[in-house]
Amino acid sequence: MAKIELSAVRKSFDGTEILKGVDLRIEDGEFISLVGPSGCGKSTLLRVIAGLEPQSAGEVRIDGVAADGIRPSARNLAMVFQSYALYPHLSAFDNIAVPLRMRRLSAIERLPLVGALLPSRRRKERGIREDVAGVAEQLEIAHLLGRKPAQLSGGQRQRIAVGRAIVRQPVAFLFDEPLSNLDAKLRVHMRAELAQLHRRLNTTFVYVTHDQAEAMTMSSRIAVMIGGELVQVGTPADIYDNPRDIRVAEFVGSPKINILPGRIRDDGRIEALGFALRLTSATAPGPCRIGVRPERIELGSGPFSGHVVHAENMGSEAFVHLGVNGSDARLVARIDDPRRLPPIATQVSFGFATDAVRAFDPEGKRIEVEIEHAERVRERAIV
Amino acid sequence: MKNLRAIPLWPAVRHLLLITGAVVLLAPFIWMVSTASKPPEEVFSSELHLIPHHFALWDNLKVAFAKANLWRFLLNGVIVTVSIFVLQVLIALPAAYALAKLRFLGRDTLFALVLFGILIPPQATAIPVFLLLHKLGLLDSYAALVLPFTISVFGIFLMRQFFKSVPDDLVDAARMDGISEFGIVWRVMLPAAIPAVTAFGIFSVVAHWNDYFWPLIVLNSEQLRTPPLAVAHFRNNEAGTNYGPLMAAAMVIIAPLLIAFLLAQRRFIEGITLTGIK
Repeated sequence: MAKIELSAVRKSFDGTEILKGVDLRIEDGEFISLVGPSGCGKSTLLRVIAGLEPQSAGEVRIDGVAADGIRPSARNLAMVFQSYALYPHLSAFDNIAVPLRMRRLSAIERLPLVGALLPSRRRKERGIREDVAGVAEQLEIAHLLGRKPAQLSGGQRQRIAVGRAIVRQPVAFLFDEPLSNLDAKLRVHMRAELAQLHRRLNTTFVYVTHDQAEAMTMSSRIAVMIGGELVQVGTPADIYDNPRDIRVAEFVGSPKINILPGRIRDDGRIEALGFALRLTSATAPGPCRIGVRPERIELGSGPFSGHVVHAENMGSEAFVHLGVNGSDARLVARIDDPRRLPPIATQVSFGFATDAVRAFDPEGKRIEVEIEHAERVRERAIV
Repeated sequence: MKNLRAIPLWPAVRHLLLITGAVVLLAPFIWMVSTASKPPEEVFSSELHLIPHHFALWDNLKVAFAKANLWRFLLNGVIVTVSIFVLQVLIALPAAYALAKLRFLGRDTLFALVLFGILIPPQATAIPVFLLLHKLGLLDSYAALVLPFTISVFGIFLMRQFFKSVPDDLVDAARMDGISEFGIVWRVMLPAAIPAVTAFGIFSVVAHWNDYFWPLIVLNSEQLRTPPLAVAHFRNNEAGTNYGPLMAAAMVIIAPLLIAFLLAQRRFIEGITLTGIK
């Protein structure tokens, strides 16, 4: 268990800056996800924490101790890789035993033939066998220990890789997109298992993923990384409801948040698609962008109208794709009851509650808005 | 109808070509076995026949083993080829690992030099190496036969290409598990690269088992002779070459290679095509 502090961490490869000064405090026992689109530097950041990649500038502290120059294994972190990275020539048992053997056996005891003859080696091997068996029992992989990685399925390899990480009792776990190679069903299942594992071990988990659903469902906090910078760090609910940046808003949530063209009028009122909302802003007048989540768009009533371009029935819910009249904007609305799905090419009116609006300036920064209090009640009534 | 006729024609041509090639390649071997089985009269007779009238292979082998210490020469061959191969692997694997997986200044230049090294024929460096061994006082010893070949640029190149295909994650996982860089070479990369090492081993062993040029230059003592020199020993300009025992000795010295190849055939082909990596 450890807290990990990053301050002003920078990393460049051949002149291109991958990490542009990352500050992050990961608390002891926390499950934090680093999410972002591919190429945003999240994996590089994880590798810097692991010590596999030296940072160009800045500092990494693990449990208050500066980790610079400390070898990856000496940092006592465990990492689970996307490709699982199991040693193909070793059985599952030996794969899990490797970190223990490297730590507990001396160089002479590890020698292939001579080492096996030493009595101390035999004693230590017994301890290692017990520890591996304990982990195997926890992960329900005891029956797989004799097999080689090639004889295991993706999910089983994943468990062996997790076993190899757990067995050394590290101060923190680093996960590098561990579920990306699994099929969709297994991924959802492993999501729940990893979250349970975190609860049981109560150790710091740093989890890198490009899948916002994984981040939302498992983590206690999410750090959204875009273009080598941490754009926002917060709880999943906070990231979803209160994005500080339009890139965060667009990255988190599926389907994507709807972005409508808007404007801040001279009197501070905000309008979307030319229609004035009951919202004001203290920001300077000018164009802005209005974000509304699909589940907050209400079909059937409201000041806007559009035509149904496409509909997706998911069974338990449905998504309606709308072309907005008088604009080239497209938006997606979620309806809970697929039986109420409007037919394609029909006209529908729609609206949204004022508190569903997230406004962003042209640079993408969030704009604070005030709901006009007197009107708020009436607006709700319409909806 | 034309198509129907074309189908059996092409395989026929193909087989004819392949059979011709096979005959050309096999003819010397067949001739060797045939000559080794003939008594001297038949070897020098003017008529051409493959199957001897008097089967004399056993006698020729006896003469061959009596005339030269063939066992000693075979042992020399084993000592030299195995030492060369072991040293080549000891040097090529760490070098290939560094060139494939580590980032350091000048790596690409070094790799270009390795490629350049492949282009240099061993005969070109023979005289400088000979002089070097002379200065070191190592001529006419096992060291003279082994040392010049310990660094194999071909081996470094082959292993580097193979290591490139080993996922980086595996190397990183080994680092996280506390395996040192040299440990990674021997504990992670070597087991993954067994097919490539086998293929390289066959190249290396065949080349140095059959090498005639270099041992001929550096050796004087009879007891250090390698198998090809032993065969050459049967040639005698003054007393006339005794072909029967010569061919019998040639059969003896290629036998180990043939047997080894047959045993490792599958691995050999695997290694050359570099399939079955993952």
